[in-house]
Amino acid sequence: MSIPYLSVRDLSVSFVTGTGNFYAIDGISFDLARGEILALVGESGSGKSMTSLSIMKLLPAVAQMSGRIQIEGQDISAFGRRQMQDVRGAKIGMIFQEPMTSLNPVLTIARQMTEGLVRHNGVSRREALATSYTWLEDVGIPEPDRVLAQYPHQLSGGMRQRIMIAAALALRPGILIADEPTTALDVTVQSQVLDLLVDLKSRSGSGILLITHDIGVVAETADRVAVMRGGRIVETGTVDEVLRSPQHDYTKALLASHLTVDKGLKQREAEFERARP
Amino acid sequence: MMSEPVLKVEGLRKSFTVNRRTVHALNGVSLVLHRGETLGIIGESGSGKSTLGRIAVGLDTPTAGELHIEGMRIDTLPPPVRREKQRQCQMIFQDPYSSLNPRLTVGRQIGEGLFARGERDWPVIKTTVADLLERVGLKREFAKRYPHEFSGGQRQRIAVARALAPSPQIVVADEPVSALDVSIQAQILDLLADLKKDGNLSYLFISHDMAVVARLCDRIAVMHRGRIVECGPVRAVIENPQHPYTRNLLDAVPRFGRRRTGQKPVPVHLPQHGDDDTFVTVAEGHTVLQAAGGF
Ligand SMILES: Nc1ncnc2c1ncn2[C@@H]1O[C@H](COP(=O)(O)OP(=O)(O)OP(=O)(O)O)[C@@H](O)[C@H]1O
Ligand SMILES: Nc1ncnc2c1ncn2[C@@H]1O[C@H](COP(=O)(O)OP(=O)(O)OP(=O)(O)O)[C@@H](O)[C@H]1O
Ligand SMILES: [Mg+2]
Ligand SMILES: [Mg+2]
Repeated sequence: MSIPYLSVRDLSVSFVTGTGNFYAIDGISFDLARGEILALVGESGSGKSMTSLSIMKLLPAVAQMSGRIQIEGQDISAFGRRQMQDVRGAKIGMIFQEPMTSLNPVLTIARQMTEGLVRHNGVSRREALATSYTWLEDVGIPEPDRVLAQYPHQLSGGMRQRIMIAAALALRPGILIADEPTTALDVTVQSQVLDLLVDLKSRSGSGILLITHDIGVVAETADRVAVMRGGRIVETGTVDEVLRSPQHDYTKALLASHLTVDKGLKQREAEFERARP
Repeated sequence: MMSEPVLKVEGLRKSFTVNRRTVHALNGVSLVLHRGETLGIIGESGSGKSTLGRIAVGLDTPTAGELHIEGMRIDTLPPPVRREKQRQCQMIFQDPYSSLNPRLTVGRQIGEGLFARGERDWPVIKTTVADLLERVGLKREFAKRYPHEFSGGQRQRIAVARALAPSPQIVVADEPVSALDVSIQAQILDLLADLKKDGNLSYLFISHDMAVVARLCDRIAVMHRGRIVECGPVRAVIENPQHPYTRNLLDAVPRFGRRRTGQKPVPVHLPQHGDDDTFVTVAEGHTVLQAAGGF
């Protein structure tokens, strides 16, 4: 492996609070190679979304960041607003955890999807519309032309999420950050979307940072895993290593508490028995 | 075992018009939620689950069909009585970010539900809000913070606390644990299960996560294209799925020991249901929608 596509070194993000500095991220380092899916898993509030916002340079203004982020060997800390706008979308795509934060409520889906294509790929609006249409089909949207004419609030949660995914994938970014990309999707559509991510990695050689709390998704999709807790990466390794022989206690606990359908059924029935007079 | 119905919908239809085109979100949905029961709603994205939930709590009105709460048909009640009935139904929204007001502290937003219930004693409201935050695994002092100061999973827990504040009889929970890591998820599921121990609270629990549904629900209803296609006790439906769509869903649940290739899946043929299709009983309480011409 040559230069990693994305390299993060000693990244810290802190907030000033009433009781002193709070470190949402506390000195993490990792690499993402071309053609690789790295899963970032871990506790709620452990700093996963802050990590992705740091890479996108979209941290809230009150956050203080230190450390180094390189894309293809280039340090992006010196990049200005204009430069970052060119990087975002085309070089690094992002699927946000909450779709409504990234969709503009007053623009139709057609407007929002074509904008990036026209800007980064220099295609005409008509071509961009046709591309958007096919991508909506690929993420399993049944009537793309209807959806293109709609506004975000007229769509279901899973449709919004798929629109963000389609918009990000349509640009074939070199790096894709997907923050809980399938939480609003039914499992059949989820499966379809995860296949699209794997296809992006293997055919376009993109590197994907996949943030998820679903260990089943990790097992099926990721190549490597990094486990986060309290702003730190506590364990990294290949999927097989981490899932088969976890080293850190937190990783062990995480795997042990993974809920399966079978476990769920048994747990509920045991509870029911206990409650019976 | 089943007690009286607290929520009943019959022949519910809902359509929207977009650019002179009609979108049929619900094509005749009938279901009953009994007191103390958790009914899971699973199914296709865009099949009308949230629309059904919104109608159940009175945030939307159906195009046709009836909604009964505690035996009373809602649309025939005088407005004050209707409002009172519907206050007993609370919703945990699918997208916590857009359902929380960005300009109010989360404490204020949770406290409003207590105020609506008739609580006027401020110190009591403050303590109860802090207690609720603690129950969903957050710190008491977080009441002073604004929604943007939280992570996605933390916001989802705030939405849970806010729905529970007015002590509702019926909670429509729309993907309440989808953004949570396993330990917090377990904690919220235990909390939801615990709250209904006294047998009064009922949940309509919308989720894509089959394991979560198995953990919490007594019965499940599977939705596809605006219709319920299968309904029954949770174990029966999971172990003996009858409708091809239900089988599809169960097969797609992520699991260890399977790797994705990135290949496009082979499209599966699913029956197109019409209004004349009827439910067939396969076992006690387990029904499946049968296309007029068979599967
Ligand atoms: N504006 C802010 N001020 C203070 N603390 C903040 C702010 N924004 C986020 N935080 C804190 O930073 C921590 C990390 O948040 P982050 O969103 O990265 O978590 P996460 O790992 O993505 O969690 P989740 O799985 O719940 O989405 C959290 O504890 C959160 O409360
Ligand atoms: N205000 C609206 N205007 C137009 N169409 C709407 C509106 N609200 C919902 N719809 C449409 O109704 C259908 C059902 O939406 P709903 O949100 O109920 O789906 P859902 O089952 O909750 O899906 P998901 O699992 O993705 O959240 C979708 O096709 C959606 O586009
Ligand atoms: Mg997050
Ligand atoms: Mg929904």
